[in-house]
Amino acid sequence: MKTKELLITPLLRNNPITLQILGICSALAVTSQLSVTLVMCIALTVVAALSCFFVSIVRNHIPGNIRIIVQMTIIASLVILVDQVLKAVAYDISRQLSVFVGLIITNCIVMGRCEAFAMKNPPLPSLLDGIGNGLGYSIILIGVAVVRELLGSGSLLGYNILPVASEGGWYVPNGLLLLPPSAFFIIGLMIWGIRVWDKSQVEEADFEMQPNTKAAQEA
Amino acid sequence: MEYYLSLFIRTVFVENMALAFFLGMCTFLAVSKKISAAFGLGVAVVVVQVITVPVNNLLVTYVLADGALSWAGLPDVDLSFLGLITYIGVIAALVQILEMVLDKYVPVLYNALGVFLPLITVNCAILGSSLFMVERDYNFAESVVFGAGSGVGWALAITALAGIREKMKYSDVPEGLRGLGITFIIVGLMSLGFMSFGGIDL
Repeated sequence: MKTKELLITPLLRNNPITLQILGICSALAVTSQLSVTLVMCIALTVVAALSCFFVSIVRNHIPGNIRIIVQMTIIASLVILVDQVLKAVAYDISRQLSVFVGLIITNCIVMGRCEAFAMKNPPLPSLLDGIGNGLGYSIILIGVAVVRELLGSGSLLGYNILPVASEGGWYVPNGLLLLPPSAFFIIGLMIWGIRVWDKSQVEEADFEMQPNTKAAQEA
Repeated sequence: MEYYLSLFIRTVFVENMALAFFLGMCTFLAVSKKISAAFGLGVAVVVVQVITVPVNNLLVTYVLADGALSWAGLPDVDLSFLGLITYIGVIAALVQILEMVLDKYVPVLYNALGVFLPLITVNCAILGSSLFMVERDYNFAESVVFGAGSGVGWALAITALAGIREKMKYSDVPEGLRGLGITFIIVGLMSLGFMSFGGIDL
């Protein structure tokens, strides 16, 4: 595959969240504030890119039946690194992310891409694949976070965009969007949007509806 | 006793791993097409949780925490930065051991669980509850109850979702929403339902 394709396809065509069902846990829990989301996206992209790179370097030396543990060790060491850096540089945000930095270890994007791509490809394409999938994850997360923070509290990155009614403005914030379930609805609708744009992602129906009028049957 | 019972109820319903903290979502969405498969995975998660959370708790108390190595004559050592790699190592090793033990002594259960056992290693609900256990400073007895409760809660949620999805396949969903999209919206509604448990103080 070409370099460009490796970076671009995971963004929408083969997005880790909306098509591959990978890395959803953190997508839901850390998206109520844009600043926290951005930090999470950077952390995940770094870990995904570097762990794909390192797994790919040692891929010919790993015995098949212990490969999961080897991959886990590589990923876990990188996550510890990120976690310690975050604690040192941005302590407040690392408190807000709480367990979710640690959970990057079991984030299926990292594991899934290592297993599916990095085990079979040379280091450089693997690095790009990791970055591409990290960015695909980031696009969805940032989209969700923008909707949730803008409509849920009328601000972006802490700056007031929509003047809130309680401070004399006109916008009444929708509290539902600050609650975690709203992330499910937003991602669900995003999937709908992407699949309307790219029909090839539409899933097969288990059952076909029988037309219920004569006219529909003939048509 | 009453305290442990209320902790159990709270972890199953109010702080449900899947529907309140959204942990283990990938497998939650991917393996919930059939009730039987979902239930099998749920049972496996409960078993692994009941073992891993207490084991990790012992490790934290006696090896990793600040000053925990004083029994070995090393009171100044703080190994807490090794936490993440230890927990995931314990989980991966235990899942592997459990797989071998089940294969040898309880082949029926082993065949029923099938591919789900190795999948559990990467289920964030398992690692997540170990991390929550550390963050909330549970003692050993609490961690047993918390492990069991979070496992049961997760199993309950995935079985319920599988039940809904089995019925859902007869309904006429708009083309783009079919499959994954509508599942997201169902889970959103379920999680709104579970939020009604919030605020219950036991």
